[in-house]
Amino acid sequence: MAAAEFKVPKIDEYPVIPHLQEDAMAHSQPYIAKPDFQEKLGFPGELVDNWKEVAIDKMGELTGKYRSLQVFLDSCVKCGACTDKCHYYLGTADPKNMPVARQDLFRKVYRRYHTLSGKLFPKLVGAEDLTEEVLDDWYSYFHQCSQCRRCSVYCPYGIDTAEISMAAREVMDAVGKGQKYCNEIIGKVHVIGNNLGLPEPALADTLEGLEEDVEEETGATVRFPLDVKGADVLLVTPSADFFAEPHIDGLIGYAKVFHQAGISWTLSSFASEAANFGMFIGSYENMQKLALRIRQAAIDLGVKRIVFGECGHAWRVAYSFLNTLAGPFDFLDQDYPVPQHICEVTHSLIQEGKLTLDASQNDDMVITYHDSCNVARASRMGDRPGGQFEIPREIIKAVCNNYVDMPSYSIKEGTYCCGGGGGLLTDDLIELRVKGALPRMEALKNVVDNYGVTHMAAICAICKSQFSKVFPYYDFSMDQVVSLHQLVSNAIVLPPDEDSLPGEEQAEAA
Amino acid sequence: MSVLTIIFAVLFYMATAILLVFTAHKIWLYAKTPAPLKIPTTPAPTTRSGVVFRMVKELTIFESLFKASKWTWLFGWLFHFGLLLVLLRHLRYFTDPVWAWVTFLQPFGKYAAFIMLAGLAGLWARRIFVDRVRYISAPSDHLMLLLLIAIGVTGALMTFVNHADIVALKAFLLGLMAFDWSPLPNDFVLIVHLSLVILLMIIFPFSKLLHAPGIFFSPTRNQVDNPRERRHVVDWANKLESSKTG
Repeated sequence: MAAAEFKVPKIDEYPVIPHLQEDAMAHSQPYIAKPDFQEKLGFPGELVDNWKEVAIDKMGELTGKYRSLQVFLDSCVKCGACTDKCHYYLGTADPKNMPVARQDLFRKVYRRYHTLSGKLFPKLVGAEDLTEEVLDDWYSYFHQCSQCRRCSVYCPYGIDTAEISMAAREVMDAVGKGQKYCNEIIGKVHVIGNNLGLPEPALADTLEGLEEDVEEETGATVRFPLDVKGADVLLVTPSADFFAEPHIDGLIGYAKVFHQAGISWTLSSFASEAANFGMFIGSYENMQKLALRIRQAAIDLGVKRIVFGECGHAWRVAYSFLNTLAGPFDFLDQDYPVPQHICEVTHSLIQEGKLTLDASQNDDMVITYHDSCNVARASRMGDRPGGQFEIPREIIKAVCNNYVDMPSYSIKEGTYCCGGGGGLLTDDLIELRVKGALPRMEALKNVVDNYGVTHMAAICAICKSQFSKVFPYYDFSMDQVVSLHQLVSNAIVLPPDEDSLPGEEQAEAA
Repeated sequence: MSVLTIIFAVLFYMATAILLVFTAHKIWLYAKTPAPLKIPTTPAPTTRSGVVFRMVKELTIFESLFKASKWTWLFGWLFHFGLLLVLLRHLRYFTDPVWAWVTFLQPFGKYAAFIMLAGLAGLWARRIFVDRVRYISAPSDHLMLLLLIAIGVTGALMTFVNHADIVALKAFLLGLMAFDWSPLPNDFVLIVHLSLVILLMIIFPFSKLLHAPGIFFSPTRNQVDNPRERRHVVDWANKLESSKTG
């Protein structure tokens, strides 16, 4: 599947709503989780014999536990407002990628077994038996939703397909048909503490290397502390920040900000992952278990604040759910929100004049900014609604002289997902990822062609990885995506350490 | 008392009971089902009063739908606004004396039938001609529009073309409410109109018409965006707390 041939969509001058191509993406399915990974998370290893009964019961359990699911399944009037809003529909033309059609894969089964009209008149109301074909469709199409919530912005009842996708994945896990990518990763975090399975020694080694790199480049000793008890700030960041490009340049940016502001901080090897894939599979229990590692690390290290690095879905779980899942955080400094986003920290420091910035360091770039879906539509920064749009832009404008927004329909609350969110950032779904990126690529091409934009900044590990991968399919180069804090890192003026001054200065003078 | 009167009196009581009991049951179900996580679609209001304002905008001007599709918004809004006026005008058949503001609305309410029908026609046209909307439509989605159009057309026929004995109808309806029955006028268009309305009342709690109560319970719209400031935990989540460390 991974190597399957497919056609990269053509970028039109203006966005076009495609005509339906039925089953265009029916073949797209991620690898199934192996039994031992399933069982580690408390799910059956393989498809259970009585899977239909289990699935139908699980569906009933979930509608009883989640008001969102119950209300959303009942309320849709099929008005069609969402039909042209999903990037996967726009990129694939498969009608089952229209949000309402995706929901209906689940809703038709709900109607058949859990509503009077569906029990009595299934054909009339579009209710259907749960069959192997339906389950197969679920596995395909609920893994073609990145839970980006764009559809929910436009729905007159706020129906959020992400909620349905999470429920469907939870039902599939309950019958033993889990997704390899998500479930293996969650297993790694439960045991090791991060998505990559990076153990403490490797992490320590990586951070040490970074300290050396930064010192070499700037002459300043910028620390990347790990497991330092008594630090003020615990930084929780996606593990991709430790090694992937351009993520790592963002991590260097966070470190420089803390360094210049004189804030003592530390990473934790126990909670070395900001992302919480428990949300992707709709599992409250797994999500909570992952969130509690962060609470534990904060207690063990005796920190006063928790700050999250650049990550989209992670920030949703952190901002919207962490207090619920792992709170109360009354043992932390209440003068700061718990948790804080790194952008909130940097933004305040810029406002207070505590950072020395030279925006001309980024003069070789014309920047645009990609609002990450879950930051935009499922969280906030600062104390005002919409702070999640303003704060990152204000930071970029403080560190760059050339900034241009992409077309208004494609940013802020209308932003398009990168195409790789929600547990889909895996090579077995590359066709989906490339096609799903189309709307963002169109918007980017618009500002590249018209305003000479050279780079796009992002604040999400998934977005950065996804764009690095799919840019070349659309004739952009992979280094055109940058971390927001990479721009901060470039602009921040760090005086070289006192003790390292003479040698270097003399060398230059000579 | 004619057989017709008895049949319709019984049907009206039955339909009203079904509408009230089953809709109330759904509302009770929505109210008691917990919302364990904060999931407002952001940017969202940070205060309760802000949420009320957001909901009022959704209910009156269909704000989200306006963002989504101007045609669907136009037809949908025309239909709902027309329906509202028409329903308010119908209060005159259930009140004696008729409230002054209902009398004032009378001329607007009469012509609102055309607004309502125009909206319904537009919505049906989209359902038939836009391939995406056609794809997502079940037979019931078409029939629901047909039912509403038929109710509107029969109603407008009686208002503008073939006047029914409205005085006798009002006596019938007031009689129903007072449990002191009066005869129902035997008028074909009226009987069709009333039959369809009874059908609609029965279908309501079992159909997508549940969007009417549902919107009030939609967590993405009615939640306050304050998860960092106030800890939000529901009962079933609290029971998981025992596993918590720290």
